[in-house]
Amino acid sequence: MTTDMTDQRSAPGADPGDRAAQMRSTVRFTVNGEMREIEIDNRTTLLDALREHLRLTGTKKGCDHGQCGACTVIVNGRRVNSCLTLAVMQDGHEIETIEGIGAPDALDPMQAAFVEHDGYQCGYCTPGQICSARAVLDEIAAGIPSHVTGDLSARIEITEDEIRERMSGNICRCGAYANMMTAILQVSRGAP
Amino acid sequence: MREFSFERAGDAGQAATLAAGDTGAKFIAGGTNLLDLMKLEIETPSRLIDVTGTGLDRIEQTDAGGLRIGAMVRNTDLAADDRIRRDYGVLTRALVAGASGQLRNMATSGGNLLQRTRCPYFYDTNMACNKRSPGAGCAALDSGGFTRPLGVIGISDHCIATHPSDMAVAMRLLDAQVETLDAAGNSRSIPLEEFYLLPGDTPERETVLEPGEIITAVTLPAPIGGHQAYHKVRDRASYAFALVSVALVRQADGSGRVALGGVAPQPWRRAAADAELPNGAGAVMARLLDGARPTAQNAFKITLAERTLAAMLAEAEGN
Ligand SMILES: Cc1cc2nc3c(=O)[nH]c(=O)nc-3n(C[C@H](O)[C@H](O)[C@H](O)COP(=O)(O)OP(=O)(O)OC[C@H]3O[C@@H](n4cnc5c(N)ncnc54)[C@H](O)[C@@H]3O)c2cc1C
Ligand code: SF4
Ligand code: FES
Ligand code: FES
Repeated sequence: MTTDMTDQRSAPGADPGDRAAQMRSTVRFTVNGEMREIEIDNRTTLLDALREHLRLTGTKKGCDHGQCGACTVIVNGRRVNSCLTLAVMQDGHEIETIEGIGAPDALDPMQAAFVEHDGYQCGYCTPGQICSARAVLDEIAAGIPSHVTGDLSARIEITEDEIRERMSGNICRCGAYANMMTAILQVSRGAP
Repeated sequence: MREFSFERAGDAGQAATLAAGDTGAKFIAGGTNLLDLMKLEIETPSRLIDVTGTGLDRIEQTDAGGLRIGAMVRNTDLAADDRIRRDYGVLTRALVAGASGQLRNMATSGGNLLQRTRCPYFYDTNMACNKRSPGAGCAALDSGGFTRPLGVIGISDHCIATHPSDMAVAMRLLDAQVETLDAAGNSRSIPLEEFYLLPGDTPERETVLEPGEIITAVTLPAPIGGHQAYHKVRDRASYAFALVSVALVRQADGSGRVALGGVAPQPWRRAAADAELPNGAGAVMARLLDGARPTAQNAFKITLAERTLAAMLAEAEGN
């Protein structure tokens, strides 16, 4: 059971069994529209919960330290690095992974554009790239500025510079950046 | 990672009460620095108190005409806030110069201020580091140490690490204050100028915060206008920590303020240097970096800081 304030006070953890129980939690969150409940060690990151407990292995582990973006998923509508957040902190949250974005027979436009333009080589970084790319277009539409945004009071235009800067948290070991750019620009124009 | 128990605090008072008297307790907000360090067992809390549900996620007007930024406001939201963009542009610029879009979506104002150094030896648990293990020695200062990214001023013979935050440099420029609360219910407001400690012979002590004291907000005084800019120089164009960064406010009459990142254990600013702004970048840096003790590897930061400010002043005059 997740220890909340009341549990903590009524169970000060005197006996070692209590202490062991405090190291684990039950978490409930929505993953790709489905309510899931897991019982985990508090140390479990969201990334490990998705991959090892829920067997959603589309989300990848590259560095496990926030440096590569392979683990990017969407939490409550925003992209985050799932390796740097605890699963136990996601109680009640809505999580979307690459598996929820589209399926082989029903690709999301960003997935289709990556396929069409060869926006990958080995494919390891691709789920994170696609989650990020969709979020980048949403962030520009929402008016969130970036390092390369010129006038902070003007509407933000979708440019290659904006996309490049905003995608910098997703590293591609194979260097498929140019084709990803083509794919993202195509989706940004609303082209099929 | 070591085992830990986990609790959620419903407000700042509860968080401070839970942490009181427990040296193993740590607050967790965005988690982007703390979890990283816990994986490496550089941080080893036995108890985590999740403070993201404390309701400290608003940006409000203050009676003094400034803004009160809740400690849980995410870096993305702070950078995008209309009032920050309009009146405190240097803060938006500094925020979006840091980390990545994903990380800024998680990182909070309180956690960003308290992020720890990026000294490579602090991260490498096989190397001696006074900040990580007091008294162990400093691998950076040993002969042959890699000091290029490290500090040139405010440092000591025990530690030459820098504070890595971009956001804090802009906040220092804007005369921000850090508001806190302790378990006894006492709140205090600490000028950012006094918030960070210099390393001296206790580099493990980084701020004036007492154990269990929680940051509730950062307040900004009324807007000061002027041309505001943040220029970060780094080894790649994006997603890298600063070698040197310069935050600037320049008024139409040539007066203003300057703060530096990447050179010291805290955002670096001096009133005497601000006063030299009408006399140009060289005059400012002569005061701001007076007493610097660079290594052979990082002496370039002195030149880089002056040239970066010179370029920014040229741009400000062009506007
Ligand atoms: C790959 C990478 C690149 C990065 N690049 C940059 C960069 O270029 N520039 C930059 O500035 N930063 C950079 N960062 C650092 C990032 O900005 C910080 O990790 C982030 O701001 C920390 O905020 P958080 O909310 O996640 O803190 P947490 O990790 O949750 O906490 C950090 C510390 O603050 C304490 N804490 C948190 N909230 C409170 C509170 N309210 N009261 C008291 N104590 C509190 C915690 O106990 C912990 O000790 C980078 C990080 C990564 C992983
Ligand atoms: S410079 Fe500071 S942080 Fe780096 S190794 Fe030396 S003591 Fe540790
Ligand atoms: S695995 Fe999370 S950023 Fe690399
Ligand atoms: S396609 Fe191989 S890492 Fe990006």
